[in-house]
Amino acid sequence: MATIILFAPLLGAIVCGFGWRAIGEAGAQWFATALMFLAAILSWAVYLTHDGVTQTLTLMTWIESGTMAADWSIRMDRLTATMLIVITTVSALVHLYSFGYMAHDENFREGESYRPRFFAYLSFFTFAMLMLVTGDNLVQIFFGWEGVGLASYLLIGFYFRKRSANAAAMKAFVVNRVGDFAFLLGIFAIYVVFDTVSLQAIFEAVPLARDETIRFLWTDWPALEVIAILLFGGAAGKSAQLLLHTWLPDAMEGPTPVSALIHAATMVTAGVFLLCRMSPIMEYADSAMVFVTVLGALTAFYAATVGLVQTDIKRVIAYSTCSQLGYMFVAAAVGVYSVAMFHLLTHAFFKALLFLGAGSVIHGMHHEQDMRNYGGLRRRMPLTFWAMMIGTLAITGVGVPLLYIGFPVGFAGFVSKDAIVESVFAAAQVEGAAHATFAFWALLVAATLTSFYSWRLMFLTFFGAPRGNAKTHEHAHESPWTMLVPLGVLSVGAVVAGMAFYKPYFGDHDAVAKHFGIPAHHAEAAEPPAEGAAVESDLAESDAEELTHALPGQGAIYMAPDNEVLDGAHHVPYWVKLSPFVAMLLGLVPAWLLYIRRPELPARIAAANRPIYLFLLNKWYFDEIYDFLFVRPALWLGRFFWKKGDGAAIDGTVNGVALGIVPFFTRLAGRAQSGYLFHYAFGMVIGIAALLTLMTLLG
Amino acid sequence: MIGPSLEVILPELILALYAMGGLLLAVYTAKDRVAKLLTWVTAAVFVALAVWIGTMQGVGVGFGGMFVADGFARFAKIGILLSAAAVLLMAVDYLERRDLLRFEYPMLVTLAVVGMMVMVSSGDLIILYMGLELQSLAAYVIAAIRRDSVKSTEAGLKYFVLGALSSGLLLYGISLVYGYAGTTLYAGVFTVAFGEMPLGLLFGLVFVMSGLAFKISAAPFHMWTPDVYEGAPTPVAAFFATAPKLAAMALLARVVWDAFGLAVADWTQVIALLSVLSMILGSVAAIGQRDIKRLMAYSSIGHMGYALIGLAAGTAFGVEAMLLYMAIYIAMNVGAFAFILLMERGGRPVPDIGALGGLARYEPVRAWSMLVLMFSMAGVPPFLGFFAKFVVLQAAVAADMVWLAVIGVVASVVGAFYYLRIVYLMFFGEEADELDRGGDAIQRVMLVGSAAVMVLGMISLLGVDDAAALAAAALIAG
Repeated sequence: MATIILFAPLLGAIVCGFGWRAIGEAGAQWFATALMFLAAILSWAVYLTHDGVTQTLTLMTWIESGTMAADWSIRMDRLTATMLIVITTVSALVHLYSFGYMAHDENFREGESYRPRFFAYLSFFTFAMLMLVTGDNLVQIFFGWEGVGLASYLLIGFYFRKRSANAAAMKAFVVNRVGDFAFLLGIFAIYVVFDTVSLQAIFEAVPLARDETIRFLWTDWPALEVIAILLFGGAAGKSAQLLLHTWLPDAMEGPTPVSALIHAATMVTAGVFLLCRMSPIMEYADSAMVFVTVLGALTAFYAATVGLVQTDIKRVIAYSTCSQLGYMFVAAAVGVYSVAMFHLLTHAFFKALLFLGAGSVIHGMHHEQDMRNYGGLRRRMPLTFWAMMIGTLAITGVGVPLLYIGFPVGFAGFVSKDAIVESVFAAAQVEGAAHATFAFWALLVAATLTSFYSWRLMFLTFFGAPRGNAKTHEHAHESPWTMLVPLGVLSVGAVVAGMAFYKPYFGDHDAVAKHFGIPAHHAEAAEPPAEGAAVESDLAESDAEELTHALPGQGAIYMAPDNEVLDGAHHVPYWVKLSPFVAMLLGLVPAWLLYIRRPELPARIAAANRPIYLFLLNKWYFDEIYDFLFVRPALWLGRFFWKKGDGAAIDGTVNGVALGIVPFFTRLAGRAQSGYLFHYAFGMVIGIAALLTLMTLLG
Repeated sequence: MIGPSLEVILPELILALYAMGGLLLAVYTAKDRVAKLLTWVTAAVFVALAVWIGTMQGVGVGFGGMFVADGFARFAKIGILLSAAAVLLMAVDYLERRDLLRFEYPMLVTLAVVGMMVMVSSGDLIILYMGLELQSLAAYVIAAIRRDSVKSTEAGLKYFVLGALSSGLLLYGISLVYGYAGTTLYAGVFTVAFGEMPLGLLFGLVFVMSGLAFKISAAPFHMWTPDVYEGAPTPVAAFFATAPKLAAMALLARVVWDAFGLAVADWTQVIALLSVLSMILGSVAAIGQRDIKRLMAYSSIGHMGYALIGLAAGTAFGVEAMLLYMAIYIAMNVGAFAFILLMERGGRPVPDIGALGGLARYEPVRAWSMLVLMFSMAGVPPFLGFFAKFVVLQAAVAADMVWLAVIGVVASVVGAFYYLRIVYLMFFGEEADELDRGGDAIQRVMLVGSAAVMVLGMISLLGVDDAAALAAAALIAG
């Protein structure tokens, strides 16, 4: 079944991309979409029937060289299963949605076939993403990692006639390369330390590698910390965390379905997935996790502040994505991987919903993306409005606080965001966990800001009087059913996902352990793996409690014995449980005041605080600083090597030889070939004289 | 007493008698009217002889060591006979349409082949000279076979005069060797030529090698080649470019190994020098050529340079590499000359390469075959020509002559230019007036077949490498 899930998108991509001439444009699109729905249905079947026990299915041998062995294989555990439903569900819906959204596009000329290509890219992306999450070894994960990077590049630059789209595609690719490089170094480091790239083997050997060091720059570094930091570097690139985040807002140049699928629901969460996947290493890298916590919290805060002032509807949502990813990283970094995955799951629903809703608005408004030109669209597109409303309720975290009926009652974001906030608070209770305290407050502030800009988006778009081009507003229309059905499905997800998945991801320790296949607290129930014997004897000296705890590699995620954040999160004070809801209200009220009650106020506030406004509008000047620090020097260096190195030195030498020296000798040889017999005879005599001289001298 | 010796030279004897008989028969019967039949019969005889020689085993020595029929000689003879047969058949159509198909032509080729067979089997300097002259005299005549063409006669004359000069050098060398060694038998010279050789013997060696270098057109004794190739009728040029090259190369290997096998260090440096000069000249001088026959002349000079790398290595593996190179070279050249024979417009040969413009459009099979041959000659993998270059370079590196290999690679990069230019012209070049389509079936078969060998050969080298290894072992052991 997993094999079908994995290869159905690939088949769809190949047939759709290369065979559309044979089966027609519409046929190709339907073919790819049908296969995606098949994969989605099978994924749900896999998810629901999965018993938490890790299974490995080897498809074929890929690399076999010394101790370096990498297979094409599927690792099926709870992490993979969770990602499977996220990826295939959103992808299938986006495929369907694209029928309507991509039906007409003024970026392409009359009669140009772009739709099959678009669908093929989407399907290819899905395949690569599935390769990433099913990877049984780091090399295969890296294959998927690069595959999604490629698909992202192709789709961001899909409007290839737009200069800005091409630039954005390139930017995304280059920034991701930086992260990928760190990821590669991480893989290399893992191979050096563990002598394998197979996940299972790595996990089982982690406790033994606790004291390993890597020597670099005359210093011994703790190996696991270095590996964790490097892997996070890769994750940060793909998931647009601070310092490597600049590509994500620009990636909105791609068609909106792409933004929903790749830049909201799936690819950008690959970093979170990687951190959870490598949880056994992360658990042993405390300092690295402090770093990740701080950076994740900063990202959440930073992106939320920038989101306050953006006017492009897609950019607002993009910054919101960036911010929510920060939440997930914080959750993973404080050790509640299941909660990170929980937020990933709910976020996929409501963020895809928001993007597709925004796409529906953009589609209805004839590709107008500036919110200042919206207003009052509630009546024109009621269904889209309600879908967006549900998405906003979900992301801002609306729910009934403190009510618990086996699960908290509220929209998806309410449940999962609360889970994160509570977990971080619990983590902050440990002595010397100042970073967690910082993260807690940063996340709360970010939640307030999130609420503000999300409601601002809603109010500007759907309420008030229509602004901008009156004609556009007159022609504004509701979207076709192919676009509305996905909105409906995702709306359901955004409402119930939080409540439905609360227990197995956060609810109580045993449910989580069972869900993720961790034989927790019951050593006798856990079959120690073959290599486990060595591990056990090594651990014999440590305290007895550890022996009764699950070992790394058992189950989808690993939580160290001293990791009690998950339990602590359920015993936080009431004010902490209440705080996200308060934060939501703190954002909603000013948004209502500013954009419904007194619409003239925002401009005055902006004018009064111009430096801050500009600072936020220009995204803290990250792009400008990078341009100065990296882009210009790199361009200069590139130009130097191109003009001087390649052009002058290499080409110059080659051209000099090819156009100057060789023809000179050619002419010389031509002159010698005069046609006169006596010249020829003379040449022979000279030749033998030279040979004789040589022999006399050398012999 | 003479019986066993006759047995050893039986193939040559049969061929010589066949040539004489054929001449007499034609003169007294239908003269030129049987020329075509005679050509076919001759080719058939060549092939039959090649097959027969292929079945022979062991080492036959005749006339007191003056004639040696060993594995090495057999390898060379098979190559000579088969390539001569192929070139003969290719020529029929061309010569017939120009009224050049005289009955003497196949007989002269036969005599040249006899000469070559004697050369590669020689065990004595006098036999060497005898075989060489038989081959050369026949070659002079067929170079000038088009008596009414100034160019053809000029080519024949130039070839003759310079050939006479080279014969003089050779004879001078032989007399020096005889004077210092006291014998003309290779085996006799072998026992004398080692250690600190007398200067006279050394000079004799250089003179002999120079005379042979003329035959393989190695620089600086190459001057005749472009003029003769250009002036002689194309089938004759094709003949010169194939069998005699193999014969002379094999002869050179036999002399240096059988007679001077203990003085390897002395002759390898001479051969290395000839090799370097040939490779560089073959690559550089050809760039300026637009006449495809002159171009092929320089190409063959360059190829001789590469083959000499193998010999210069001074090892058994080097000889094997050289033999393999020569076999592949001949196979490539048969195809390339078939292509040149097909280059006609309105029945007249068009040697200018500019005429190839757009050939791929209207004659795709011909163009693609030539593409394979040109890539192969340039040494582009995976075609057979690449493996030819690869083994000689391997031999050089194994013999600690990395510098020679480096020069070889550099020269082949430069040389790739003119091979690729032909491909470029055929596929992307400015459209020229169309050449004649179709053409002689035999020539087309040769072209496509040769290209096919270049492609299929990469699978197992068609077993030629094993045969070459056996031949090389026979030479070094003997």
